[in-house]
Amino acid sequence: MHNKTISELAQGLRDKTFSSVELTQHFLDRIQQFDQELNSFITVTPELALAQAKAADQQLAAGNASALSGIPLAQKDIFCTDGVRTSCGSKMLDSFIAPYNATVIEKFNRAGSVMLGKTNMDEFAMGSSNETSFYGPVKNPWDHNAVPGGSSGGSAACVAARMAVASTGTDTGGSIRQPAALCGITGLKPTYGRISRYGMIAFASSLDQAGPMTRTAEDAAIMLNTMAGFDERDSTCLDKSVPDYTAELNNSLEGLKIGLPKEYFDEGLDAEMATAVDAAIKEYEKLGATVKEISLPNTGLAVPTYYVIAPAECSSNLSRMDGVRFGHRCENPVDLEDLYKRSRGEGFGEEVKRRIMVGTYALSAGYYDAYYLKAQKLRQLISDDFKKAFIEVDVIMGPTTPEPAFNFGEKGENPVSMYLSDIYTIAVNLAGLPGMSIPAGMVNNRPAGLQIIGNYFDEARLLNVAHKYQQATDWHTQGPAQYL
Amino acid sequence: MSLEKADVEKIAHLARLQINEQDIPEYARNLSSILELVAQMSSVDTTDITPMAHPLDIAQRLRADVVTENNQREKFQAIAPQTEAGLFLVPKVIE
Repeated sequence: MHNKTISELAQGLRDKTFSSVELTQHFLDRIQQFDQELNSFITVTPELALAQAKAADQQLAAGNASALSGIPLAQKDIFCTDGVRTSCGSKMLDSFIAPYNATVIEKFNRAGSVMLGKTNMDEFAMGSSNETSFYGPVKNPWDHNAVPGGSSGGSAACVAARMAVASTGTDTGGSIRQPAALCGITGLKPTYGRISRYGMIAFASSLDQAGPMTRTAEDAAIMLNTMAGFDERDSTCLDKSVPDYTAELNNSLEGLKIGLPKEYFDEGLDAEMATAVDAAIKEYEKLGATVKEISLPNTGLAVPTYYVIAPAECSSNLSRMDGVRFGHRCENPVDLEDLYKRSRGEGFGEEVKRRIMVGTYALSAGYYDAYYLKAQKLRQLISDDFKKAFIEVDVIMGPTTPEPAFNFGEKGENPVSMYLSDIYTIAVNLAGLPGMSIPAGMVNNRPAGLQIIGNYFDEARLLNVAHKYQQATDWHTQGPAQYL
Repeated sequence: MSLEKADVEKIAHLARLQINEQDIPEYARNLSSILELVAQMSSVDTTDITPMAHPLDIAQRLRADVVTENNQREKFQAIAPQTEAGLFLVPKVIE
């Protein structure tokens, strides 16, 4: 059962080959069996899952089921879940039982899906390896010495290891696409504003966007159908109709114009990764696409720009973690300042503190123009690069990451070396565009991801482009042998 | 851009973060290397470029100024570190 996709499982439920309770129990058993080692869940919710499965079975029997009724999913521990601990990977929120549901969770509940648990992640989504989690790192199911990527590392690992059929992630600088690439699954970061951010714990509000993590593009389309849409509780969520993302999956790619940014294939790219990406592009040519070299000249500035904007926004967002209304509070504070300082000093991990400090510095008196304003201007230039490119091409392709999954501790010495691993994904967030990563080969027995970037609100085309590739190849059906 | 011990202490104070004395050199080193990365921004002339605050060119949505949420004080305070009589408790601020 665990190798089936969402659409196959939904058919099995309708045909009564198995019930949602049986399916859910099967995944819960697998979590019990494998997750001690992988650590992809922070909280498993078996009782809730089985209750939801039972309700879904009734819906299915009554004939009013949705595409996700009874489907067992994992939710990133960044989404508030009413009555269930929502830690965001931090000691700060270790005891935080969310008092309400994120809109995304609300939508899944209405669709009748089952929540198996909450997945592990870098603390407050700040990291690219899952090593910053208060709950310990997640192992990559393909190789336990390798990181799963981050910040949505638990969400990627649990799908790769078939402990959930699909999961949710969030992507501020690559946190869906990079772990999807490193774990060999499919991940989609939609256009900024496509999915409500209400109840999704904020890291950098102008960059954060939720999205699905699945094994196939078709499943990502099914998930997006439920996740996308207007929400009056998020002032940046767009009031724009949601198409049926499964409707155009099979469109022909004849005449599709693919742009390959030369900056994504320079000396920073691992040679074997380049070979894998080239092979994928060849496959697209076979499917009728034409390829053209393009330039995104400000690519090299994306990481520096991001490391002003994201920390600035995080230093502001995380000021709500002050030990007063929720979250960690220090013992016996002598005065209010002591309460703030020690609660935050004890509650946050090193990487989070570093980013808060960088952001605080960038926003402090006398430095605002040199850092924050400068970064906003560069953001405009980076965004304009894409606008120009999309006049000429339909989609942009390249590697998701410069290299396959790296080993634990490999990028531990200097935070900047970790930051540079997101070099191909970060610009997409700055521009607010949709981007996907799909499995496209293996390098040193570790998965390689192909990134597909689309124009604003062009998710249906991205999914179509990814789906056609998955019809023609079988990288997406492969998985780590011990979990198949 | 290289930060000194006093800079780190000042930033930590502004951010209301307690950091250990022995960790300050490492913070200074790491923060300096991040600021060095960020300094690459100055390689581009951005005169006359409009700063981009947000990915989408949209106006802020407005709504009528009416109550839309129920009062759930008890539920929200149930997760607070310390409350009394419907109030959040903090150390005494005014003598």
